[in-house]
Amino acid sequence: MVTLTASPPPKARQAASRRVSPLLLAFVLVPLAVEAFWVFWPAIQGVYLSFTRWDGISPPHNVGLANYRAMASDPIFRSALWHTVIWLVLFGGLSVVGGLGMALLLQRERRGIGIYRAALFTPVVFSLVATSLIWQAMYQPDGLINKLLGAVGLTSWQHYWLADSHTALYALIVPALWRQIGYVMVLFLAGLKGIDPVLYEAARVDGANRWQQFTQITLPQLRSVNSVVLSVIVIDSLRSFDVVWSLTKGGPYHSSELLSTYMFSEAFQSLRLGYGSAVAVVIFLLALSVIITYLVRAFRESES
Amino acid sequence: MSVADAEVLAPTRARKRDTGAQLRRRPNRARQGRAVAYHLVVGTICALWLLPIALVIITSFRSFNDIAAHGLGSAPHSFTAGGYSQAWSAGGEKHAMINSFLVTIPAVTITLGLSAMAAFALSRYRIPLRRTILLVMLAGNLLPPQILLVPVAKLSEVLGIFDTLNSVIAVHVGFGLGFYTFVLQGFMRTIPTEIQDAAIIDGAGSIQVFWRIILPLSRPALAALGALSFTWIFNDLLWAITVLRSDYRMPITPALLALQGQYVSRWNMIAAGSVIAAVPTVAVFLRFQRHFVAGLTLGSVK
Repeated sequence: MVTLTASPPPKARQAASRRVSPLLLAFVLVPLAVEAFWVFWPAIQGVYLSFTRWDGISPPHNVGLANYRAMASDPIFRSALWHTVIWLVLFGGLSVVGGLGMALLLQRERRGIGIYRAALFTPVVFSLVATSLIWQAMYQPDGLINKLLGAVGLTSWQHYWLADSHTALYALIVPALWRQIGYVMVLFLAGLKGIDPVLYEAARVDGANRWQQFTQITLPQLRSVNSVVLSVIVIDSLRSFDVVWSLTKGGPYHSSELLSTYMFSEAFQSLRLGYGSAVAVVIFLLALSVIITYLVRAFRESES
Repeated sequence: MSVADAEVLAPTRARKRDTGAQLRRRPNRARQGRAVAYHLVVGTICALWLLPIALVIITSFRSFNDIAAHGLGSAPHSFTAGGYSQAWSAGGEKHAMINSFLVTIPAVTITLGLSAMAAFALSRYRIPLRRTILLVMLAGNLLPPQILLVPVAKLSEVLGIFDTLNSVIAVHVGFGLGFYTFVLQGFMRTIPTEIQDAAIIDGAGSIQVFWRIILPLSRPALAALGALSFTWIFNDLLWAITVLRSDYRMPITPALLALQGQYVSRWNMIAAGSVIAAVPTVAVFLRFQRHFVAGLTLGSVK
């Protein structure tokens, strides 16, 4: 078959084979239309609704920037925003540190490595709801965590982890991390595999120690993976909803409220659909810079 | 790409090390000691990592009275599969599991089908504005779902599919398309053009090229995305609780949450319910393990 291509003038043939027929346009336009209908059109509406007051039954009426002004003086919104920042820093930071650390530990092929990797990766396939329930059992007053604390004599540390407004948010980050670290590890493992071992050889010959090899070779070589991980983590943090919704619904007293859960309960439980949409727009604006960075990168790569 | 390189290089590296003067001088025992220490540390981390899973499995086989008497964190004093049968029938998981498959299988199939079509045209032909279309589609997938929830709920009401499984399928298809199209076109671009040109000389139309050549050659990417999207859609909570209201329509993930709300402190049942809900995705993961991990990195490293 391949030899056949050599006989006819290749340029003309190629042009013929690349001609865009209406059918091919439909191949693109149908999926694009589906996405436009279920994503782009709703997104535009979402922005519009953020300028309205709407209970979902009577028609929405325009209130201009009133929702955004209300947000500025809404203490729950402000604490949800603050919790989202904490979530971003702790959940994001620790999953990078943990994921990279485990990837470095598990990067070399040796006996048993597959089992170790699989162990860390297993939670990734669970739903966040199942993950949350697993951890809820651990957090119970008579659960394993308090039991272990009692066993080592730290009875004063025993706690109603999820019911205490001082610990609830942090107690929610742990299950989210448990699931995320394996995922981030896989991304870093793929990145580490792509580093040319010759670089390390050369560094060793030059007398570089482990730390120097890490900072001078590993980190710079991982640059493209780092940017992917960063975007994945920011987007995942802002989307985080399931763990909080499963375990505390943002409580007690909104102490574990994130923007995503606040948006949901405002819109669908308090039926303040306009205000909920405005909170969603804030989430979108927070994600925007990361989305643009990701797209620019994707753009550059699809060019090369 | 570089994965293969690394594997090719690894043995040479090991050989070089063994013959290296510095390493030969090091006593063998020290190296063994380091290996033992390594396995101790990493083994402990992995054991701790799996501890919550072990705990939930153990809890799922305990009886309610045992947990009530001895506490959730104690060693088991009973063994029964009662929690499973309760979660499965009384807890409504059987019905919810069927709903989950009724959503997940069509959603995965339609998404992959549509995105393969778009990816085929965008990667193999000079579609005007092709790069813009790709990026716009990808951008849609990066949006935070929160901004879509209210309008999507209203949209499915207007269409008369609110509170039906069709609305869940539709929203998963719409939201997933961008990412899958982007990843698939990246893969399809690597298929040599000669194969396609040859088929066209043999008289094949675009549909035949798509169906007979490009799709079969894209099987690894399709398998990876299929495994990934199966778990994503199967594990979804947010979209389901946005467009569904009735309990008997809920897929397994929201149903599990409802089970927990309804049977508070019946921990054997909740644990069994969680295990049941995790079985299908774990099965897909084990079956497609290689593809699965490849899929996670598809969009990132390539």
